[in-house]
Amino acid sequence: MNNRKIIIIGNGIAGITAARHIRKKDVGAEILVVSGESDHFFSRTALMYIYMGHMKYAHTKPYEDGFWEKNRINLKRAWVDTVDFQGKKVEYRDGGTDAYDVLILATGSKPNKFGWPGQDLQGVQGLYSLQDLERMEQNTKDIKKAVIVGGGLIGIEMAEMLASRKIEVTFLVREENFWDNVLPKEEAQLIGRHIREHHIDLRLGTELGEIIGDSSGRVKAVSTKSGEKIDCQFVGLTVGVSPNIEFLRNSELGTNRGILVNEFFQTNIPDVYAIGDCAEFKQAPAPDRRNIEQVWYTGRMHGETLAHNLTHSKAVPYKPGIWFNSAKFFDIEYQTYGTVPTALPADWDWFYWEDPKGKRCFRIVFGKSDKKIKGVNALGWRLRHAYFDKAIAEGWMMEKVLLHLQKANFDPEFFDSPHKDVLAAYNEQYGKSLQPALKSLFQNLFGTKV
Amino acid sequence: MKQFQQAGIVIFVISLLLFSVLPFIGSYKLEKETLAASVKTEHLGVMEEVLAPMVGQEFSSNFAFMGEFNRLFGGYNDAMKANQQWDKVIWDNYAFALTKASALGPVSQNPHFYLFITVVFGVVGALMYILPMYRGKPEGIKHDGIFFSSMKSKGLLGILTGTWLILFYIVLYWFPEYLTNLVLMVDPISMALSGNPASQWFLYGFVYTLAIIVMGIRMFRKYRGNAYQTIRTVSVMFFQLAFAFLLPEIMVLMNMPWHDFKNIWPLDYSFFYDYRIDGMVNAGALGMFMLIWGIILIVLGVPIFTYFFGKRWYCSWVCGCGGLAETLGDPYRQLSDKSVKAWKIERYLIHGVLVFAILMTGLTIANYFTEFALLGQATNQLHSIYGFAIGSAFAGVVGTGFYPLMGNRVWCRFGCPLAAYLGIVQRFKSRFRITTNGGQCISCGNCSTYCEMGIDVRWYAQRGQNIVRSSCVGCGVCSAVCPRGVLKLENADEEGRINEKPILIGNNSITLNA
Repeated sequence: MNNRKIIIIGNGIAGITAARHIRKKDVGAEILVVSGESDHFFSRTALMYIYMGHMKYAHTKPYEDGFWEKNRINLKRAWVDTVDFQGKKVEYRDGGTDAYDVLILATGSKPNKFGWPGQDLQGVQGLYSLQDLERMEQNTKDIKKAVIVGGGLIGIEMAEMLASRKIEVTFLVREENFWDNVLPKEEAQLIGRHIREHHIDLRLGTELGEIIGDSSGRVKAVSTKSGEKIDCQFVGLTVGVSPNIEFLRNSELGTNRGILVNEFFQTNIPDVYAIGDCAEFKQAPAPDRRNIEQVWYTGRMHGETLAHNLTHSKAVPYKPGIWFNSAKFFDIEYQTYGTVPTALPADWDWFYWEDPKGKRCFRIVFGKSDKKIKGVNALGWRLRHAYFDKAIAEGWMMEKVLLHLQKANFDPEFFDSPHKDVLAAYNEQYGKSLQPALKSLFQNLFGTKV
Repeated sequence: MKQFQQAGIVIFVISLLLFSVLPFIGSYKLEKETLAASVKTEHLGVMEEVLAPMVGQEFSSNFAFMGEFNRLFGGYNDAMKANQQWDKVIWDNYAFALTKASALGPVSQNPHFYLFITVVFGVVGALMYILPMYRGKPEGIKHDGIFFSSMKSKGLLGILTGTWLILFYIVLYWFPEYLTNLVLMVDPISMALSGNPASQWFLYGFVYTLAIIVMGIRMFRKYRGNAYQTIRTVSVMFFQLAFAFLLPEIMVLMNMPWHDFKNIWPLDYSFFYDYRIDGMVNAGALGMFMLIWGIILIVLGVPIFTYFFGKRWYCSWVCGCGGLAETLGDPYRQLSDKSVKAWKIERYLIHGVLVFAILMTGLTIANYFTEFALLGQATNQLHSIYGFAIGSAFAGVVGTGFYPLMGNRVWCRFGCPLAAYLGIVQRFKSRFRITTNGGQCISCGNCSTYCEMGIDVRWYAQRGQNIVRSSCVGCGVCSAVCPRGVLKLENADEEGRINEKPILIGNNSITLNA
């Protein structure tokens, strides 16, 4: 293993995690991370906060610039043009090549475009990369009105970004409710109300027809499929992302939508691996997982696992644990653990609680007959990851989960925890009388073990 | 509503300008009677002789007045020093008392009016701006545009504000005689509270308390819906108003020593100075209580409360410096330096100050019991060095003056010896920690950016590791700004508090220490 040269293309969370963990176990390897996007690793999820003035770009870098040299992780700022898999070298767009013994492809995603008329006009863009953000900064300078197409996480982030600059936003969502391909109806509607509370013109069940430009090639309006015309100076296209692998197509590398890999992240070419958003598992890693995993956390786990495999004699397959995810929709935080489908399978059941004010909710999914917990959703209520990871992995009875919800509460101190209201609602709906053990004021102040 | 707020800003800025020019209006005239009333009897003869040329003469400004005073008084002292007649040198500082008593200007005749157009107007203007903030907006984080703001991201406004604060502190500590008009202005309030005329320290305490209250109200607006921030802010406002401002003045009214019951040595570095000890010992039962209470706070209060709640019980709930930092300083919290280098400097500096304070106090106490048999002079010199370098320059000028340049906790982070003591307890024996919520961190950096103590919170959070740092004052803002619900301040079992090798939840392929 000594002195092998490892090249990682992509300095996002997957590639960087792999680099760091390889370095931890292998002091000899020569590690080179190549990125055309940025000099240093930054948190892609924080791009919105730069635009909103919450942070500067420098704040989004999780490691100080000296960290890389200290850990002998070489960084190169360049776009890769092609990979010569036979000659085991990468060729850069601006000339020059680097040879590798091991190649890790972690090239991430790019925003989808579905061939709409006018999608390439000036002022029309998606949001994924640092360059996209810079473009958005220019495209939205001094504008009054924007339209966002696509009801997902990036769409709502873009709406929040634009609203923070006092730009009027019309938000076109094809589905009946916001993000209802992931959220059950009640959660989706709760978020929909909150979007409107922020004065976003949310148009549900509305599809983009075409994007209309002016004579200078700049967007001036969009029309919907129902024929309505909406004036705007900016269009955000946020209809998902797909693997960023154009430069690898038409090579001997096996691809489909993404780079095809097995459970060890191996591609069809020896010593070439793919992780993160750009990898497509030939077989989904678990029944509740997709073949392409495009989440921060999965990117990190791919990197961890591949680094382990490259630094140990016995490779282990990628085996993700209990699913979890989180997001923030304007002011409302979302957390989910385990499996929460949008529609119930026949032998599953769920219980849903919503605060009377309509800004927090909790849903627990369980087996209809065995009553074992399958997953939870929460909006406006922080939940403890360790609690639900254990409860779901061990298959706790859902009533036990509800009885101990106070332990799952992760809201800051003095916040009004809804665990009692959830239990009371459950008792009422199911005619039960479950009572949690009460902690005294003394225990609350000084802890239970005192 | 926007015009209303803008009007508020205009009113505030005008009253701030008036406050800033007020010290320089009016004329000054030293009368013979004034001299007799302000100078110690043993100095009176000499002072009358030395200051004779200026007595009865009207000076058009405090600069002219002080210039003449310094020429005459300094000339006398210099002459005595040159002749090595040390016993004739007058070490007492009469500049402030004489200037205040000699002021002829309009302020001394009509203090209420000037209090009204500077302070009262200032407060009204500030509240006109603050109260409508975020009206009609949902509860949530209000950080839009902070890094585009000149005031909040070291732009021109921030630099101007910092400069104003730094100058104010320099004048307050070393040239208070130039602030006499402002002090005269608050005389009526001081008379009402304590029955005594105001000193520059009363003026400072008054303005300080107002700043905490007005900017505390701003906190209620900004963090609406966040119970932790609201309750904590009520706490610092209460402790400043009741314990640091009103109670000590009322005690003076009742012929007892001025005492702030919530101030703790070594932040209260003069607690063991001989004049303080004598003052307490000679003040009867209550004086003894002050002494014993002060010692109980040091030996029991700090370790016990910090064990159960972390240093936050003091630093961000009770302390006056913390109170100002958390209210007036809140707009600047994102300016703290998060680099590892800053952390290194922090550790040397703050523990250096702690060692200095302990050595100085130890020597003071030893001298007290040996009746200054040994190193008596050294004690005084140490006191004046500490008072100048740490008490005034570091805590005041740098600590507050640099809010808009280096963040709002410069003193608390780099200098406060009590924070160092609390921090050592917090690091090694406490139930407090910031828990990281499993694997939910997305490394966005909001927590680190808004940590006023410059802790790189994200470094720990992204590893799934709890944050246990001696410097954390438990303000709770990292938890508030986290978009994924990853951070929770809590007091819980010591077991598992410090997880050096955490395992990030969610990847069953390997058990990996993050």
